[in-house]
Amino acid sequence: MEEGHDVTQTETEIQHVPDVDLTIDVTPKVENTSADDHYPVVFDVKDLSVFYGSFRAVRDVGLPIRKHEVTAFIGPSGCGKTTVLRCFNRMNDLIDGARVEGTLTYHGVDLYDPKVNPVEVRRRIGMVFQKPNPFPKSIYDNVAYGPRIGGQKGDLDEIVEQALRRSALWDEVKDRLKKSALGLSGGQQQRLCIARAIAVNPEVILMDEPCSALDPIATGRIEDLMSEIKLDYTIVIVTHNMQQAARISDRCAFFTTEVNETSDVRTGVLVECDRTEKIFANPTDERTENYVTGRFG
Amino acid sequence: MALATKEKTDSALTGNGRGAGADKAFRIVALAAGLTTLLVLAAIVFSTTQRAWPAFAKMGLSYLTSTDWNPNQGQFGALAFIYGTFVVSVIAVVLAVPISIGIALFVTEVAPRRLRSAITTVMDLLAAVPSVVFGLWGFLVLRPQIKGIYNSIADFVHPIPVLNRVFGPSLSGQSFMTAGLIVGLMITPIITSITREVFLTVPRNDKDGALALGATRWEMIKGVVLPYSTSGISGAVMLGLGRAMGETIAIALVIGGSPQIVANLFAQGEAMPSVIAHNLNESSGDYQAALIGLGVVLFVLTVVINIGARALVIRFDRNLKGA
Amino acid sequence: MSMLAAPPSPSFDDAEFDLLTVTLTRGRRWRDRAATSAMILSFFVAAIPLAAVMLVVVQKGQGVVRGDWFTNDIPTDIASAALAEKFGAVADPVVYGMQPAIIGTLFITGLASLIAIPIGILGAVYLNEYGKRRRLASAIRFLTDVMTGVPSVVMGIFIYTVWVLHFHQRTTFAGGLALSCLMLPIVVRSTEEMLKLVPDNLREASAALGTRTWRTTLGVVLPAALPGITSGCMLALARAAGETAPLLFTVGSISHFPGLAHLADQLGQQNTALSTQIFSNATQPGGEPLAWGAALTLIVMVLVLTLLARFVTARFASVRS
Repeated sequence: MEEGHDVTQTETEIQHVPDVDLTIDVTPKVENTSADDHYPVVFDVKDLSVFYGSFRAVRDVGLPIRKHEVTAFIGPSGCGKTTVLRCFNRMNDLIDGARVEGTLTYHGVDLYDPKVNPVEVRRRIGMVFQKPNPFPKSIYDNVAYGPRIGGQKGDLDEIVEQALRRSALWDEVKDRLKKSALGLSGGQQQRLCIARAIAVNPEVILMDEPCSALDPIATGRIEDLMSEIKLDYTIVIVTHNMQQAARISDRCAFFTTEVNETSDVRTGVLVECDRTEKIFANPTDERTENYVTGRFG
Repeated sequence: MALATKEKTDSALTGNGRGAGADKAFRIVALAAGLTTLLVLAAIVFSTTQRAWPAFAKMGLSYLTSTDWNPNQGQFGALAFIYGTFVVSVIAVVLAVPISIGIALFVTEVAPRRLRSAITTVMDLLAAVPSVVFGLWGFLVLRPQIKGIYNSIADFVHPIPVLNRVFGPSLSGQSFMTAGLIVGLMITPIITSITREVFLTVPRNDKDGALALGATRWEMIKGVVLPYSTSGISGAVMLGLGRAMGETIAIALVIGGSPQIVANLFAQGEAMPSVIAHNLNESSGDYQAALIGLGVVLFVLTVVINIGARALVIRFDRNLKGA
Repeated sequence: MSMLAAPPSPSFDDAEFDLLTVTLTRGRRWRDRAATSAMILSFFVAAIPLAAVMLVVVQKGQGVVRGDWFTNDIPTDIASAALAEKFGAVADPVVYGMQPAIIGTLFITGLASLIAIPIGILGAVYLNEYGKRRRLASAIRFLTDVMTGVPSVVMGIFIYTVWVLHFHQRTTFAGGLALSCLMLPIVVRSTEEMLKLVPDNLREASAALGTRTWRTTLGVVLPAALPGITSGCMLALARAAGETAPLLFTVGSISHFPGLAHLADQLGQQNTALSTQIFSNATQPGGEPLAWGAALTLIVMVLVLTLLARFVTARFASVRS
């Protein structure tokens, strides 16, 4: 079963390749879907493998991330979803011995080109982590942190307010901006982290299981938030929660692990990447079908 | 098979059986061993204070506030020694703390894995060198060479008002500054080791959060690692201060043995532990009591600083687990 | 709720973006590099003097530490020889030796270990296996920590007041006592840390077989923690061997070693050690070669002990995993 795809870097034409189905789906959609595949590709991944030392954690990943879409990485735990996600903002660099092979381009530029500075990359590609990690500072200072180090001298108040409004947190905290961020509830802290990421005006927001540490109500609010902000940002989200992926994403990439028979080494692989409706209603690969119907995972 | 009677079962289960006596005895022995430290500590306090009492009684508060130290005339004002200890310790800490923090940050945030153990090995070696060897080197090697440097600095600074008092001419290479330099070198390993452990407890998630926003590594350190570590670092600094105050032999060899309270850091001075080291053996009577009294003062000071340091580190631990 | 048209992105425009510059100003980049350089520099500021000291000690000491250095008495004619040289007179060449001090260091430190190690280990056993979190145990733990911070000169003064002034003698034994006061809290704390590392399921397994605590401790826990405890004791030993102040007031001075047959007698007699010899010879005219030689001998001893301790720890780690 083919897990690759073949897509050109620029806009519209999708080449039709026999075993892989990424054709424009013209059947009537059931509910909200962003427009079809006419959004430009922001990230193009080809044959990406990530190594920790000599251990290959994930192999031969290829997929497009399109602007203004929510792309969800789904699959059982341990199959490399977070590993691949962290490649998009060069956060894997921080791990001793981590190495990347293949290409990952951002608007056509190779992200791993030696001339590229990871600090610049992270300014444009933000990240929200699994466990909310507000700084031990005030709410205001948390949101203002990014703009401040970016050298924004001017009116921080407005930037902070905007970011907090966009993450649906403004009304709850507008009277206590100077209080410590650690006093917020888990859900509020996560929305604060989203506001913090938004404040630097990134193009892409990566989310690593942002709701897994939160209760269902907080989760619901963040899912609503994601649907609202995806029009302004491109979102890539790793999630364990299939239903969540079905609810909020436009495109899904399904990962699983392959176990090497002889060496018992588990490597993550991308099984298929397609529009969400297709993945859930009519997946191409049997492994995908087993996962989304709950037969394993 | 006969059923065991109720009584037999009872006694089998409730009886003390073999080994109970041995267990109790062992426990008592272990407890006694544990109490030994308490005993020794109490004995130190009691015996030294008792021996020093004649001097305390005679001099009263002026023991600590007067600078007249004349054993021949029975006058024992220790202020100059207290000053010397204070100045040398402060110099040592001021020099050692930034260096230790720099090394600790390097090891935890910057250095690749292979370098880390090499650096910690060097630090361990530095900690292992006995104080008397540092003192020897300081006296025979550093002292003659550094005198010239001091005098150059003094000449350079001569026209500047406040600075020319602090960096004045040096008679011999022995001085507060020389002692401070060597003690600073000696306390660096312990401050480094503790701050390193403090930095290692900063949660990865928080550091990642700052980096993911596009912060450079230094910005991340300044914004996340250092704020998290303030009370831990303070504790380490105080522990280093305590060590510096108790350092005896290296100071004895390079401070110059001239008790005086002057602003000139390049001048000779004297500190509490070193005056004891030089004179206790030949002393007697009130003089001896006065010297032992200095030991008491030293003991009290270092214990107080140590307790303060541990309180800070405990608070740091609690902050971490609470937040 | 969604529109089909793509709204313009707030600040981005595919054409203008460029991964190579922009928000990372030169100032920020420079500050980052300066910080990294400062960190590297701090390491060298600490490492270079260390290297300098070691080099000088080796360079100046190796001239003296040869052949009969280990068997000769400590020369007593240093001062007169230096004086004679000063006035151009010819004197008998000084025969350098350090035997009494080398044996003294070994003897006194060994004696101190014999006292401090058993008490220390037993004390740690109490803290970790019996007392645990109870108040007395916490108090002991806290005060032991405090005791590690007490300056070594205070230990020397303590034994001076309690033994030397009382019995009017400076002896090997008094020196051993002073060093053991120094070693005791170190051994207690490091042993306790090692005992903590022994996983509870070992103790539970033993208890489930009906074994008493003392038997479990002696038969299971201590053997499991043994490499770590050994390493900790060696480090305490290395530290004690290098100490001067505690011995300065308690051990006196000799220049001749009476021979192994009289070793036991030495307990009640004066002795000397490498550390005190370095101290006294550093300031004595003509004593420099002796001081350097003794320093070299002492450093080698301390380093061997430290490296051995690390070796034991390393093997311990590999056995555990």
